[in-house]
Formats: sequence, C-alpha cells, structure tokens
Amino acid sequence: MQPLRSHESYLAFLGHRLSGLALAVFLPFHFLALGLALEGAERLDGFLAFAELPLVKVAEWGLVTLLTLHLCFGIRVLALEFLRWPFPSDPRLRWIFPGAAAAFVVGLVFFVQIA
Amino acid sequence: MTETLTVRIWRGKAEGRFESYEVPARANQTVLDVVTEVQRSLEPALAYRFACRVGVCGSCAMTVNGRPRWTCRTHVRRLGGEGTLTLEPLRNLPHIKDLVSDLTPFFEKWHKAGGRFAGTAGRQDPPQRVDPQSASRLAASAAIECINCAVCYSACDVVAWDQDYLGPAALNRAWTLVNDARHGAREETLDRAFAAGGCASCHSQGNCTRHCPVELSPSQSIAGLKRSTLFGPPKVGEPG
Ligand code: HEM
Ligand code: SF4
Ligand code: SF4
Ligand code: FES
Repeated sequence: MQPLRSHESYLAFLGHRLSGLALAVFLPFHFLALGLALEGAERLDGFLAFAELPLVKVAEWGLVTLLTLHLCFGIRVLALEFLRWPFPSDPRLRWIFPGAAAAFVVGLVFFVQIA
Repeated sequence: MTETLTVRIWRGKAEGRFESYEVPARANQTVLDVVTEVQRSLEPALAYRFACRVGVCGSCAMTVNGRPRWTCRTHVRRLGGEGTLTLEPLRNLPHIKDLVSDLTPFFEKWHKAGGRFAGTAGRQDPPQRVDPQSASRLAASAAIECINCAVCYSACDVVAWDQDYLGPAALNRAWTLVNDARHGAREETLDRAFAAGGCASCHSQGNCTRHCPVELSPSQSIAGLKRSTLFGPPKVGEPG
C-alpha cells in the first residue's frame, strides 16, 4: 500500500467500501432466497440444498463478517458526521479496531453455529 | 569520508523521468535544503518553489517518498529513508516542470467553495466584537491557520477520483467563514459548500488530516459542514 494510505482511517474506509460492495452483490441472492420461500417449498428446497454446499457456507460466513464490519464502520462514519468531535480533534480512531474485532467475533460465532 | 544522500528527482512535466543525484548528508538538513543544494551545485535548470523557508508561506510542498509534505520543515533525518530520497511534484494538480505543480485549480476551488471573506463593516465603523469563547469562534479558530500549501488536496483520494471535488482545504476554509460572525455571505458560502462536488463527496478517509503540516483537521471541518446540511448552520456568537 502507498505510504499515503497506510493509516487507520484509510483502512477503515477501504474495509467499509469493499464490504459494502460485497454486500451489494450478495443482497440480490438473499432476496431470491426469500422470494423462492414465498413461491413454494419445492423450489426453496432446491435452493437450500445449494446453500448446504461447503463453499456456499464459507461465503455466508464471509458475508456475516462483512455485514458486521460494514455496520461497525458505518456507525463510526455516522458518528463522525453527526456527533460533535471531541477536543482535541480525534477522528474516532479508537472505534476502528473494536469494529474489526466485533466483525471477527460475530463471524466466528456464526461459523461455529453453521459448521 | 563524508556520507552521501541519493536523491531521485522527477524531471519534466507529466511525461518525464527520475534522475539521481548525490549530495553530502548533513546534520539538520531539510528536504528543501537538499533540493537547493542539487539546484545550486548539480542541476541549475531544476525547477522548484519556495519562499519563506520557515513553514509560513505554503509554497514548498512536494511529494517526498510518496507522501505530500512541506519540505522546508521536513528533516531528512526524520524520514528514515536509508540514505535515499524520492521527490516528485504534488499529485492531483497539473505539473508545470520538475517539482513545480500548478496550483490554479486549487485556488479556483477555494473561491468556488465561497472562500472569499465578505466584510460588512467599513473602516469608519468600530471593530466588531467577537466573543473568543463562543462555540462558533472556537470552531473557526481551530481551522483558521491554513497556509494554502495544498498538501491535503494532494493527499486526498476523492480529489484524485473526482475532478469536480472542491477538496479539503477549500471546504475547511468555507467552514471557518460559516462560523465567522463578521462574514457577510455565510448563507452563500454554505450553499456553495453543499453543492455538487462539495462536502457530501468526502468519504472521511482522513488522508487530509493525516498529512496537514500545521495539524489542522479538514475532516472535522467537512463533518461540520455535513452536519449543517441537516441541522442548519452553526449559530454564530452574537457580537459583543
Ligand atoms: C446490508 C446492506 C448494505 C449494503 C449493500 C451497503 C452498501 C454500501 C456501499 C456500497 C457503500 C458505499 C461505500 C463508499 O462510498 O465508500 C455504503 C456506504 C455506507 N454505508 Fe452501507 N450498506 C449496507 C448496510 C449498511 C448499514 C447496516 C449501515 C450502518 C449502520 C451502513 C452505513 C453506511 C454509511 C454511513 C455509508 C457511507 C460511507 C462513506 O461515505 O464512505 N450501510 N454502503
Ligand atoms: S477526509 Fe474527505 S477531504 Fe479529507 S482526504 Fe478524506 S475524502 Fe479527502
Ligand atoms: S488545510 Fe493544512 S494541508 Fe491543507 S492547505 Fe491548509 S495547511 Fe495545507
Ligand atoms: S517555504 Fe514557506 S512553507 Fe516551506
């Protein structure tokens, strides 16, 4: 990474954007699953069988992790933009690591549940 | 034997190449000292810019080992580059020659953001009273010491991605005026800072705040502007 970008705020931005894009790609499939569930048990079963594949499970774990990451980093951005900044000025750098850690833990719990 | 410093310097405009120079490594040498030494003793045609040499005028900024910096206050020793330096002009701006960037777009955006102070009182009027402890004056004071060096503008990726983005310095300036009770065009400045290419384009990456040599926080000023889009402009302290 360019020295210009190797600092916490930029990494948080990158994590937030990449996770946001990944979620945007995932969301249509999520709605597809919900739609199939409404249409009838048979087609949903087919889709759920697909969702049992190991690779798909790993992808789901990734998405849960990314959603938590996106949520935590998103909350930091909203805090930056809507709350008064502390004095002396601090772009809430201390929120970044716990956000990443929370994503990791939530992902871990999810993985243990589905594994 | 004296130790030497290898300096790679960008020569040319947008098209160009790096050339290497060897200069003596000295104690307490700033990057600007090194460039001056190269220009005086090795490469008389080298173009670069400086004026005050003491961190006031903001004209000596360039890219040093991949980061924008003010070169007159950057000590080579503290860069830890293992005896080498790589110098380029500021990015995100047109290049004129060698280490000189054209700051015209930077200053144009300053105006586009409503950065010109509009006085409301004449010289016959008594000085307007401003409470130094009012919230608005504290906000303005925290952001006012900008030296227009364009380091933040060069550091910002959103500027690199979006030609029309006003950039951190212009928006930081707009925020000081929006908080200034004496500024006669606060509404207009706010409107301009809100318009397309304004504060809403910032993604809070913080490259600006990370690199500002006088330790301002354009990110914070821009957040203040963003807040104003929802909750209205800051109330400026009543005079007196
Ligand atoms: C679950 C579905 C979601 C999707 C598909 C999604 C997608 C995205 C994408 C693509 C971006 C653009 C990133 C950028 O411009 O840098 C973004 C930005 C953002 N998201 Fe999400 N997001 C989702 C959920 C959330 C949640 C739950 C929150 C907050 C609690 C959130 C808060 C934000 C904020 C504040 C931004 C602006 C970030 C910036 O300016 O860089 N998002 N989102
Ligand atoms: S905080 Fe905003 S203005 Fe500053 S570098 Fe990041 S995107 Fe650019
Ligand atoms: S805000 Fe800081 S980095 Fe940007 S122009 Fe002003 S002094 Fe330079
Ligand atoms: S020469 Fe004036 S700030 Fe560096």
